[in-house]
Amino acid sequence: MSRRTARIASVRERLTAALIWCVAVVVLGLLGWILVDVIVRGADGWSLSFLVAEPEDAGRAGGIGPIIISTFLVLAVTFAVSVPLSLATAIALTERADRAALDARLVRRCLDVLAAVPSIVLGLFGNAFFCVALGMGYSILAGGLTLACMVLPIMIRTTEQALAAVPDEYRLAAAGLGLNHTSTLFRVLLPAAAPAMAAGIVLGIGRALAETAVLIFTAGYVVRMPESLADSGRVMSVHIYDLAMNVPGGSAQAYTTATVLVVMLLLINTVAVALLRLAGFRHVAGGREA
Amino acid sequence: MMIQTESLGVQYGSSIAVRDATLSVETGRITAIVGPSGCGKSSFLAALNRMTDLLPDAHVTGRVTIDGTDIHGESSSPHDLRRRVGMIFQKPTPFPMSIRRNIQLALREHGMRERAALEATTERVLRDVGLWDEVCDRLEASALQLSGGQQQRLCMARALALEPQVLLLDEPCSALDPIASERVEALIRELRGRYTMLIVTHNLAQARRLADHVAVFWVRDGAGVIIEQGPAARVFDAPRDPTAAAYLAGVQG
Repeated sequence: MSRRTARIASVRERLTAALIWCVAVVVLGLLGWILVDVIVRGADGWSLSFLVAEPEDAGRAGGIGPIIISTFLVLAVTFAVSVPLSLATAIALTERADRAALDARLVRRCLDVLAAVPSIVLGLFGNAFFCVALGMGYSILAGGLTLACMVLPIMIRTTEQALAAVPDEYRLAAAGLGLNHTSTLFRVLLPAAAPAMAAGIVLGIGRALAETAVLIFTAGYVVRMPESLADSGRVMSVHIYDLAMNVPGGSAQAYTTATVLVVMLLLINTVAVALLRLAGFRHVAGGREA
Repeated sequence: MMIQTESLGVQYGSSIAVRDATLSVETGRITAIVGPSGCGKSSFLAALNRMTDLLPDAHVTGRVTIDGTDIHGESSSPHDLRRRVGMIFQKPTPFPMSIRRNIQLALREHGMRERAALEATTERVLRDVGLWDEVCDRLEASALQLSGGQQQRLCMARALALEPQVLLLDEPCSALDPIASERVEALIRELRGRYTMLIVTHNLAQARRLADHVAVFWVRDGAGVIIEQGPAARVFDAPRDPTAAAYLAGVQG
């Protein structure tokens, strides 16, 4: 190679590197901007009492105590329903002789379609089905169930991948020891897949926490402390939406609520990453190719 | 005669892995199964404890009797069969759990509940495989922290805990380094007489060192067949089949 072509090559290398860095900085900058914006604007209202007090004056003052409680109740309903359902579905899809059978492919295709349904459409469905047809009205129960429909695809997918990632050698070894299918599943495969499945649940929680459209139509707007799952309850994302769009002078409180939500999401994501790393480590250690 | 196969055939869909394999394995002896890659050795082994049942398109023909009982007979369940016929794989496969639980999991499944009995069996089998002194102070540690050779011996201990009559060893040393491989081989030698063992190996020297009997597999007409079998000394020193003779002399395969 002549010195000239070498110089051109080296310039090209540096240009490519610079371009990649630019794109990375833009992406990181966007995230940083959002975080700083939310936290700076929301930091004023930050206090412990904000987390427990009742909202006053349509949310312009006071805190978000009942809203946090409603949020957790909705999440509890969502995961009480979606965790067992997704576990069972994922097991049905993976732990069979023929993983590519027609019905399994059909179920996966349906889940992909469900995952692609816009949340506003899901919200309308939840309203028509749970609130009206099943007579639940605007309630935490209806909101949680609709949200469960929304997180099911992602949770089934991650659970399925967690189970499929368990090395086949474990299945063979378990069979070689005379373990039957059920014991193999509960004593060997599920424990081995547990960290990755937990990460899937945490990802689902992140999704659910961020959801607004589904809950406006199902869990409703009521800011009172809910007394039962049949009560309407306002979750944090809906509270932010309402303060920002419908309450003049509510944006400061909206930002403070957003700060709480973002901090929660960051915490949850950190936990998910840690769990995934743990899962990856386990699988690498257990199923490394020779 | 411990294991007797009659015209055993294994096929996956339309491709035939093993055809017409008739072999007798004597009680307490080590029988080595040798041959080039892809000649059906592992499929033959898998048919002996019905691991082939787990493969959706696998189909087994012919007859296998162990201790006179047909393993496909109505009275025999694959789970009981696999308790009596243990299997060790090429790659060590400890479960991602503690050393103790690796051994006790299957014991509990097969009905051993008392703590004292479980602990006694754990110590006995770990001593059998020479692992006790290395791990006795860390039975709660993850089995994945053990070295490859230790993991393989743990897998053997786990199989021995079920008090099998037969051990099927599918290239148990080929994923291990030479020193670990030597230890596992020594262990197999120590277990001679107590268990009937079938070992699939690519290592002819190892087969020569270990085996009482040898069966040579080869691909003929697209399927694995046994081309030579008999006492190890006779097969190695005076093979009758010319292909087997060339293979064992290191000329071919």
